[in-house]
Amino acid sequence: MASPSDRRYSKSHEWAKKDNGQVTVGISQFAVDELTDITYVELPAVGAAVRAGKAFGEIESVKATSELFSPISGKIVAVNEQLADDPGLINNDPWEAGWLIRVQPSNATELDALLDSQAYDAQAGSH
Amino acid sequence: MSLRTPFCDLHERMGARMVDFAGWRMPLLYSSIIEEHTTCRHHAAIFDISHMGRLILTGPDAEKLVEKVATRKVADQKVGRARYALVCNEQGFALDDILIYRYEEYWLIVCNASNRDKIVAWLNRHVAGLKVQIADRTAETAMIALQGPDVIDMVSTKIYDAGIAGLKRYAFTAGRYMGIEYTISRTGYTGEDGIEAIFPANTAMLIWPYISSLGEDHPLKPAGLGARDTLRLEAAMPLYGHELDEQHDPISAGLSFAVSLDKDFIGRDALAKVAEQGPRQKLVGLSMEGRKAARQGHAVLAAGKVVGVVTSGALSPTLGHPIAMAYVDADKSADGTMLSVDCRGANLDAKVVPLPFYKAAKK
Repeated sequence: MASPSDRRYSKSHEWAKKDNGQVTVGISQFAVDELTDITYVELPAVGAAVRAGKAFGEIESVKATSELFSPISGKIVAVNEQLADDPGLINNDPWEAGWLIRVQPSNATELDALLDSQAYDAQAGSH
Repeated sequence: MSLRTPFCDLHERMGARMVDFAGWRMPLLYSSIIEEHTTCRHHAAIFDISHMGRLILTGPDAEKLVEKVATRKVADQKVGRARYALVCNEQGFALDDILIYRYEEYWLIVCNASNRDKIVAWLNRHVAGLKVQIADRTAETAMIALQGPDVIDMVSTKIYDAGIAGLKRYAFTAGRYMGIEYTISRTGYTGEDGIEAIFPANTAMLIWPYISSLGEDHPLKPAGLGARDTLRLEAAMPLYGHELDEQHDPISAGLSFAVSLDKDFIGRDALAKVAEQGPRQKLVGLSMEGRKAARQGHAVLAAGKVVGVVTSGALSPTLGHPIAMAYVDADKSADGTMLSVDCRGANLDAKVVPLPFYKAAKK
């Protein structure tokens, strides 16, 4: 299934979507399929700084623990609080309800360096 | 190229997520590991375990060879019974853990997929002077596990002439059903009651749909390796490459029940010494709070000092909190000892608890 074209993608399977000057970050369906049932997400607090390409949290499934990498630099303005009680939201709806963090970007042009949905799907599908 | 079990096409058609495991293309999950896990705990699940090695030993000295390589005595093993044992090297370290089936005319060893070549080579190395033929029957046969509280009722009412209802734990029955040669044992790797069945590979595509149809009034769902792993972890059954390897011996792993020091076998003297002196480290269960799970390789600490290492860990789907197995220094292994696990920088409290974490209710 094609990934949505309204956002950009990192090679490590995070997505970044511009919303009114802020950037919402989540993980792709491909990442969710790889992880299997998600049991726990560890995210920084609102106000924490994130840097493009650097780890900002961890995601756990019944199988394994993986790091989350930020596709953008800036400051976290919101985290998805619902995930604490219901990490399965990411399995059910990785593109919308299962978002992870919202970032006030320090340099929004960083998004241009990320993959568009076609390039991402070509890369993810080649695994 | 990965090896394909006789059910591979079927798994792919059912939409399973396939992964490479020990050289085999296997289903990791069909829909959700947690759902498959829960189905097995409450009802019944069907697993393809055809990747397990199946080795037949025939000839007048077959028993001698089994006795020589297995840690557990088989001389008093009755026909129609299966026994869990280990194969150890001279140092007493585990080369594999196996199930030994005794038939009228021959013996069957079921070994781990990851160790099959090693075990075949080990048997061949120790067969010198003995009249035994070793045949690897893995490719010609298929193997499935049916596990869960509903299984015995389900199969014994439908396949009544196989005598499944009367099978004791670790007993097996072998024969022909509708012309198909089978072995059915009351064994498993989930902590639930159930059976494992072996039959010719070329009948596999008949068997799976037939077995699935037995579940018409009970949910019988396929389950993959993901659920197999979380189920066996809750039941504290060792997985080779995690709790067992060539650095660990069965006594330290808490498997003394499978070690018969009163007979001669490879590794006996080394294991007698471990038993006499007491293991330096012991395999324990760790129970944790929250949702963050300890994983294989994470350090176990006591007062800031490393005292062990995690071998397996996950959020227990049944219990809802993280569980782990770990080797820890013997003086830190008593039930109730408070330790901590370094989960990638986060130091989380972990309490030593008795194993298994989960025990099926007796029916």
